[in-house]
Parts: sequence; structure tokens; C-alpha cells
Amino acid sequence: MKRSFEPFWWSLFGAGGALSALFLPILLLIFFIAIPLDLIRSPSFETVSEILEMWWLKLILTGVISLSMFHWAHRFRFTLEEGLQLHRWDRIIAVICYGTAIITTLLSLIFLY
Amino acid sequence: MKDLITLNVFRYQPEKSKEPTYQEYEIPYHKDWVILDALNYIKDQIDGSLTYRWSCRMGVCGSCGMMVNGKPVLTCATFLESYTPGPIRIEPLENFPVIRDLVIDMSDFLEKLKKVKPWIIRKDVGSEDREYLQTPSQLADYKQYSMCINCMLCYAACPVYGLEPEFIGPAALALAQRYNMDSRDEGKNQRMKALSHDTGIWQCTFVGDCSAVCPKNVDPAGAIQRYKVEGASNWWKTLLLPYASKD
Amino acid sequence: MEGLQTYKRKIGIFWWTKRLSHFRFISRELTSIAVAFIAIELLLLSKAIMNGEESYQAFVQSLTHPILIILNLIALGGILYHSITWFNLAPKAMVIKLGENKVPGFLIALGNYLGWIVISAIIVWSLL
Ligand code: SF4
Ligand code: FES
Repeated sequence: MKRSFEPFWWSLFGAGGALSALFLPILLLIFFIAIPLDLIRSPSFETVSEILEMWWLKLILTGVISLSMFHWAHRFRFTLEEGLQLHRWDRIIAVICYGTAIITTLLSLIFLY
Repeated sequence: MKDLITLNVFRYQPEKSKEPTYQEYEIPYHKDWVILDALNYIKDQIDGSLTYRWSCRMGVCGSCGMMVNGKPVLTCATFLESYTPGPIRIEPLENFPVIRDLVIDMSDFLEKLKKVKPWIIRKDVGSEDREYLQTPSQLADYKQYSMCINCMLCYAACPVYGLEPEFIGPAALALAQRYNMDSRDEGKNQRMKALSHDTGIWQCTFVGDCSAVCPKNVDPAGAIQRYKVEGASNWWKTLLLPYASKD
Repeated sequence: MEGLQTYKRKIGIFWWTKRLSHFRFISRELTSIAVAFIAIELLLLSKAIMNGEESYQAFVQSLTHPILIILNLIALGGILYHSITWFNLAPKAMVIKLGENKVPGFLIALGNYLGWIVISAIIVWSLL
């Protein structure tokens, strides 16, 4: 039988779903809402750069970014195919969605390391 | 004066017209009537040509499922009272071809049922004359999934089945779990192979409506998600230990 | 059933507006856009940090643009809906057995929420 790749994408989707649910709300709230609205002072450059100097924290951050993108890729692929009935374009939609996630992952590796 | 209520019923009579129509019936309203009682009243008193399926009228045979105001329900278990003052729209189950009026063609569902091998598979069948014992807790593992009455409400609720007719669908997948989790069964790998390809579990996007409409609390959506977790971990296992999991 | 003349109904492109449960489903799926949006913002933020103090301050400054603030508020709604639906649905996929008994679903969901609070608290504490 042909080996299906769906379980692979689904695993990334699931891992990304959990990580994004746990990490993204608070990060969004701090950096992209509370600080720009002047509700809190932005953390000093020392604090944030120190965090990125710790290899394991950097690893978690890369994981959150990359898997969140794979979560999006998988969900968005099916949303397009079901919501707009584009199933016959599955191949190309899948390439674009997962491709975007792979590119963002590579970018995060380039930017952070 | 007696209370009346209006039913707007989907009619499809292929010998008359290729297109379906809606017919209005005004019937007496009784607080203790279910939708099926109303349909039976129409058939007996107003219009004998109205066609629909039913049998047990007590929620066990699974043949009276229809769309009532757009939602799949067992018409023998749904009271007129919940839809007052009306009108009530009655249609055949969504996602299935219509044969006549409220009767749908279920052959696709029956095909899919067969695919999941819904029976106990054992290597030693016939070799020995003995009972296969099971503890209450082993029974509890799959009991919920065994309550299915094949009413197909879950198929009518599932947009994925409507959009991708290849999709095996909720009840059949739940039934596969029912046998997978049965301690007496040894057919799990066979079923896993048949179902973890693209038209099996991976097409499900967890809309969850199948579980919401199921009259027997079978929870097909839950069964499918558990299947996915297992399918995914098997996938990684065979990737990392290609020789370990052969059988 | 071969040879049987049947009527096949078509599904309209707006099928997901017909029933509340289907609409909720599509909304849940669309939260993935918020997830991707925030992930890309984080990516750009970490790039700015890696490039030094000046670029970090400039990036933080650029986030005050009203359009970005509006987009981020929308993203907040999306990501909260994502988190809540995710934590509530996870027990469906995870069945945990303690000895003979199944751990009830709401306990698993409760665990998810606890994890959420703890992680958020750690992040707040280490940043502010
Ligand atoms: S799973 Fe529930 S809704 Fe689906 S066929 Fe069985 S009893 Fe009916
Ligand atoms: S008539 Fe048997 S389930 Fe309704």
C-alpha cells in the first residue's frame, strides 16, 4: 500500500496546535498589544537578548514559530478545500501551504542561529 | 377550534418531475405528537402518496432519520412541540441521493460499513470450542461505540462526507473502533491498514457535528480523533523502527 | 442500486453559513490565520532582536501603527478562540486511563488550562 503522508502532516498540525494554544496568546498580548498601546513598558533590550542567548529557550521559540506555521498550513489547506470546495486543487494547495511553513522554518533558523 | 401546524415537506416523484418540490400540509397540532406521527397523519388522512421510512417508532431501528428544519434527527424521537409555531421543514437526510420524497439511497453507507470489517476477527476461529471471556472494564472500553443504530444522522451532519464522497464517514469509523477496542478482537492491524489512508480518517477535520446529532451518544468524532492519534504514532514508529512493527 | 433514478442535491459554496455548528467550525478553522500571523510577527521580532538594540527599538516603535494594532486585536480574538477550542477538544483525542478507570474529559481539559496559566505566568515573570 502507498504510504500516506497525512499522518506526518497531522502530527505537525497537532503539535503546532498545542504549542500555539499555550504560547501565542500571552506573547501576542505582551509584545503586540500591551506594549504598543503603552499599557506596559517594553522589556529592555538586555532582557530579550539574554533570553535569545539561552540555547534551549531559542529552541523552544523556533519550535513554536515553526510548528505554529505547520498548524496553519494543515488547517488552512483543509479550510480552503472544504469551505471553498477546492478539493481538486489539493496538490497545489498542499504544496503552497506546507511550502510556506517550510520556508518560515528555514527563515527562523537563519535569523536565530 | 383545534390548533393547527404547517409542515413543509420535500417531495420528489421522479415519474412526475425531475426536480423536487415542497408541499405544504396543515395538520392538527398535538402536544404529544412526534414528527413521525404528523407524517403518518398526512399519509393516512391527506395524501397517501407521501413516501418515507420508519419501523420501530422508538428510536432503535434507525430508519426514520430526516432533516427537520435543516438538522438531522430521528423523527420518531423529536416532538412537534419543539418547533412550534411552525412551519416545520422536513427533508430527506442530507448528503444522500434521494429515491423518492423522504427516502434516501443508503447503498454508499452500506459499502463503507463493509470496508471497516465490522466483525470480530480472530486467528483461532473454529479451532477451539471455547468462550472468549471479557471483564466489565474491557466491555466498557468499546461499549459506547457499539450503541450505533446505523441511522446515518451523522453522515447527514458531516460536511466532509458531503464534499468528499470517498470519505468513509463517522459511523463506520466509530464501528471500526468498536471492534479495535474489543479485547476479543485481533483484527486491528487489518482495519488500521484499510483506514489510515487518505480517504479514511485523515479526511476528517473534526467538525464534531456527527457527535452532536447522534441519538445514541456514540461520539464518532471522538473515535476518529483517537484513531488519528494512533495512526500518527504508528506512522512514526514504522519510520523510526522499520523492522520492529512488521506482522 | 443500479438503474435507480435518484435526485442528487448540490452543496452550495456557502454551506457553512446554513447551520450554526458548521459556522462555528469554519470560524475555528480560520483561527489558523491568526496563528500564522502571530508566528510571523514573532519571527520578525526575534530577527530584530538578533540584529541589535537599535533594530529592536525600531521594531517595537513600528508596532504602534494603528492598522497593526487593529490587526493584532483581531488576532487576539482568533487566538483565544483557538486556545479555548483546542483545550476543550483535546480530551476527545486523548484517552488517559488510570488503572481501570478513564480519566474524565473535563479533568484533562482542566489540566490543559492549568498548563496554559503556568506557561503564561512564566513568560510574564521572565519578561517584565
Ligand atoms: S454513530 Fe450515531 S448518528 Fe451515526 S449512524 Fe450510529 S447512531 Fe446514527
Ligand atoms: S422509527 Fe425506528 S428509530 Fe425512528
